[in-house]
Amino acid sequence: MSLEKRIRNFLKGPKKGETFELKSGLVSQYKGERKDAIQRVIQAMTVGKDVSALFPDVLKNIATYDLEQKKLVYLYLMNYAKTHPELCILAVNTFVQDTEDPNPLIRALAIRTMGCIRVSKMVDYMEIPLLRTLKDDNPYVRKTAAICVAKLFDLNPEMCVEFGFLDLLKALLKDPNPMVIANSLNALYEIKDMNKDPNLDVLPITQDLIKNLLTCLNECTEWGRISILTTLTDYHTSNVEEVNHIIERVIPQLQHVNPSVVLSSIKTIIHHLDVIPSQAQRSTILKKLSSPLVSLVSSSIPEAQYVGLKNIRIILEKYPQILSKELRVFFIRYSDPLYLKLEKLEIMIRLCNEHNSSLLLSELKEYAMEFEPALVLKSIRSIGSVGINLISCVVKSINLLGDLIDQRGGDLIINEAVIVLTNILRRYPGKNDLITLVIPIISNHIQELEKSEALSGYIWLLGEYPKYFSGLKEKLSSLLEGFLEYESSLQLNILTTIVKVNLKVPGQAYSGLLQKVLELTTKECENADVRDKAYLYWRLLSSSSDDSQQKVILSKLPPIKSTVSSFNPNVLEILIQELSTMSSVFHKPAFTFIESPKATEKKRAGSSARNIEDLKNLAKQEIINNVKNENLLDFDDDDDDNDQNGESQGGSSNLLDELNDLFNTPTVPGGQSSQGSGSSSANDILSLFNAPNPTSVNGVSQGVGSMNLNSQPKNNTNSDILDLF
Amino acid sequence: MASQIHFLDIKGKPLLSRDYKGDIPSNTIDKFPLLLLELENSHEDGDYKPFINSQGINYIYINHNNLYLCALSRKNENIMAIIIFLSKLIEVLTQYFKSLEEESIRDNFVVIYELLDEMMDFGVPQTTDTKILKEYITQDYYKLVKKSADHLVQPPQAVTNAVSWRKDGIHYKKNEAFLDVVESINMLINASGQVLNSEILGEVKVKSHLSGMPDLRLGLNDKGIFTSPNADEEAGSSSAGQTNNKGIEMEDIKFHQCVRLSKFENERIITFIPPDGEFTVMSYRLSAAQFLMKPLILVQCKTKVHKHSRIEILCSVKAQIKKKSTANNVEVIIPIPEDADTPKFTPEYGTVKWIPEKSHIVWKLKTFPGGKQFHMRAELGLPAVTDPEEILSSNKKPIKVNFSIPYFTTSGIQVRYLRINEPKLQYQSYPWVRYITQSGDDYTVRTK
Repeated sequence: MSLEKRIRNFLKGPKKGETFELKSGLVSQYKGERKDAIQRVIQAMTVGKDVSALFPDVLKNIATYDLEQKKLVYLYLMNYAKTHPELCILAVNTFVQDTEDPNPLIRALAIRTMGCIRVSKMVDYMEIPLLRTLKDDNPYVRKTAAICVAKLFDLNPEMCVEFGFLDLLKALLKDPNPMVIANSLNALYEIKDMNKDPNLDVLPITQDLIKNLLTCLNECTEWGRISILTTLTDYHTSNVEEVNHIIERVIPQLQHVNPSVVLSSIKTIIHHLDVIPSQAQRSTILKKLSSPLVSLVSSSIPEAQYVGLKNIRIILEKYPQILSKELRVFFIRYSDPLYLKLEKLEIMIRLCNEHNSSLLLSELKEYAMEFEPALVLKSIRSIGSVGINLISCVVKSINLLGDLIDQRGGDLIINEAVIVLTNILRRYPGKNDLITLVIPIISNHIQELEKSEALSGYIWLLGEYPKYFSGLKEKLSSLLEGFLEYESSLQLNILTTIVKVNLKVPGQAYSGLLQKVLELTTKECENADVRDKAYLYWRLLSSSSDDSQQKVILSKLPPIKSTVSSFNPNVLEILIQELSTMSSVFHKPAFTFIESPKATEKKRAGSSARNIEDLKNLAKQEIINNVKNENLLDFDDDDDDNDQNGESQGGSSNLLDELNDLFNTPTVPGGQSSQGSGSSSANDILSLFNAPNPTSVNGVSQGVGSMNLNSQPKNNTNSDILDLF
Repeated sequence: MASQIHFLDIKGKPLLSRDYKGDIPSNTIDKFPLLLLELENSHEDGDYKPFINSQGINYIYINHNNLYLCALSRKNENIMAIIIFLSKLIEVLTQYFKSLEEESIRDNFVVIYELLDEMMDFGVPQTTDTKILKEYITQDYYKLVKKSADHLVQPPQAVTNAVSWRKDGIHYKKNEAFLDVVESINMLINASGQVLNSEILGEVKVKSHLSGMPDLRLGLNDKGIFTSPNADEEAGSSSAGQTNNKGIEMEDIKFHQCVRLSKFENERIITFIPPDGEFTVMSYRLSAAQFLMKPLILVQCKTKVHKHSRIEILCSVKAQIKKKSTANNVEVIIPIPEDADTPKFTPEYGTVKWIPEKSHIVWKLKTFPGGKQFHMRAELGLPAVTDPEEILSSNKKPIKVNFSIPYFTTSGIQVRYLRINEPKLQYQSYPWVRYITQSGDDYTVRTK
């Protein structure tokens, strides 16, 4: 074999194997074989094989009257156009021809596919077919062409605007066909999101447009309705008449069978509700929202139910009364997936009131007897929340927790119950009857306490109510035995408790323990926080008067308000605006986890141009973002359920850090409060800082002030230290 | 709305994908199995959620028959709409292939690609109505012969019409419409027979065999459901307290998209042009407190643990319905410990079966006249009895009951009339109405 022949053979490609077979099939002289080969190519593409080498051969089959084959070739083209951009031009002719086909299905198919071939050269050939199809007689073609304008904008925004496609698209908003209108609206929204030119007004929402949309709302498909409802939500007006008209037209949509139409309608109504001046009218409208909201939960798709529940939680926070009679709907079903069960519990504790509390408690007891540990824990926590929120239920819930420990037992339940019981006492401090109820329950199960949160609760109670415990001395000394093995937050707890007991119990009964703990902490403990705190106590006890000792160490804590998390008002306001979107399920404002195209653009510009002005802006943007982040939420992806806690902890430790900077002290309080005292105390801190906005120095100093007055983490450390200064 | 849509198997391996926008790299979905695994293995169970946000990309997915349908998006999209779209996709594909599973995806990839193209364009949902899609996305193709118009597959007018669910020119020799009023009862009953929670999920199903473009008007009895101005006294008094609420006691009524919603909102009249064939024209929910004070089928069950590795289940069922009515196909599904064996059943009536793989026994009673009560005793062996208390407490699964009661609606809803008017053809037509009450997915009795 000569060299030339060999080279030729090599260029022809292999003569065996799948690719070869397909290739020969594609150029077969029989129609059937060719079609079969195309199908197999697509199959190979579907399972992820690279069949881009067959591009020229597949392309040969594009001119066909067989609609199925045409679709397959088009599909192949869309997938591999990028690998052979120069060859795509060969297909252009067929595309352009097809847009003139008598069959509207083919015209639409051609223009749809043309837009999907993301090759820049294609753009030059799109002008004429697109113009033609945008003015097609058939609405099916027009609605497809409308979307194609958005595709073109994605490829080449300048050309899209220059050739007037954008204006044509805007004109389609007045089309007689509702589906064309809906698609044009969608295309404009897509363009609006992609647009980087600040001078380009893509979608001006005018009064006329709104009027037009309202009339075709009832004639659209369900998806068109959602687009229209979105536009209605983006429309801002303070004209009461107009708002009335919008709400009137949207209310019938609440009865649509598609849950996303329902949720979008609810969003639209809530958005415009504040404009209505009459309180009575507002509450009549709100009443109409309650059964549609409930219907979100009776959907047959668990995923949709879950999104519904997440949104209900946001709406409930803004309008707590809206579902007050609907508790039963949220009862857990045995067949629900776990994530639904947990979210239902969240809603249930928020709907709890005087009328339904006993029903709720008996239901919660059932859940606490279930299998899934996560559900059991949350049920126990919820029982506590009911008691904490409603004073009339405290005794009931304490007894219920006691029953649960007795009937079912187990480390899991005992630990969680002890945490909850401690929280209840923090809500109603100093109530003799409650203390005598709670403390025996806890004392019976000290051996089983493992969770550090439960242990620290118990230790705090020892310090707070020493005279209710029998054998206090033994209990304290057994704690001291394993002292060095505990984590530092528990060490701090024990230290504080022993100091407190010493001051509370007259005489020298506990001075031995005090001596021991101070020596352990100052000499053998490695943690700097623990040491520092021990030194502080030591100095305080040895040098200052009894009076100031009492004042610092035994100052009364204000009661906690609730263990049910709530949103920061700023966040809530944003979330209400973003109902039904991704942010509504993460319970985070969109800007915190969605990258806006404009921001990325700016970053790119900043790095490439190195323009000082740009850098300045960038820096400013960064600062603003940082402030926003700090201000609103400390977003950790891992802790979605408790992101409220996350926020408050973040906020508090932030503040505390700044405090530390101000006073130049070690970081005891920060670490302490966020680790040791768990969700509830974090909430306390949140409630403290709710009013002032801790962005400015001003805010910080206010924060310091309020901390000084009523700061209250569990083991008193914050106030201790602040009082020192 | 969505940038990409993927069909994946239970491990998260992609089976079929469609990229609509090209703003997300095509290999992004390869991370999905890892993310899923992370979610399932995370230390807190119950962390599973139908959405993930990772590196700026949102994964939104639903689970069906060991498949995941996942949509990818960068933007803060309407998640509810995406989830509903995915479920519609399942619905459409199920109607095309009878059942949607891995194999049917592999076998039908051509049609699925076509459907994906027709149902969504550049991420915007288009048409999700199976009846219309079936008009022009067919599995057996007409060969296209150029310039002979009658052979062309055309997009049906209906796709873009205001009436997007019915095509023109339907013809039947005999024009009939069948109405089924089906009420499913979900009830939660505690061990002592008290109703904790109950609801009625009602549906009015229509099977229409009608020619042309008929306009239908459905009239329901007013009692307890709609209070129109001339409603009878009873309904008037029960809703007197909430007159400005237009007196609906039926909660969240939902209508098929063919029903004119604004007409209902303003005039309380249900009018519609029906799709051809079967569909559900309306559904409603009633929190059934006012209707169901006691369970329709009362089940009482006691489990005794005996010494010699044996448990005994005593169960009684009572149909608390009118003497004239009969409940059909009653099934009482009683959970038993997983390791139970050698069952012995002595039912007073009906048959009992042991289904070891699901660890329950099923007591079937074909017909069950109202007011009657039957008993059943079951004995099961256990490999080793450690602690009787433990067996009882570990057996927390509730008893499930299935039944259906024909000619009866719990809420008392009745179809007064169904007027059929086809302006052009003016034919005679015959509406038929059936009523049935049945158990819902969740008619359960707690055992303890």
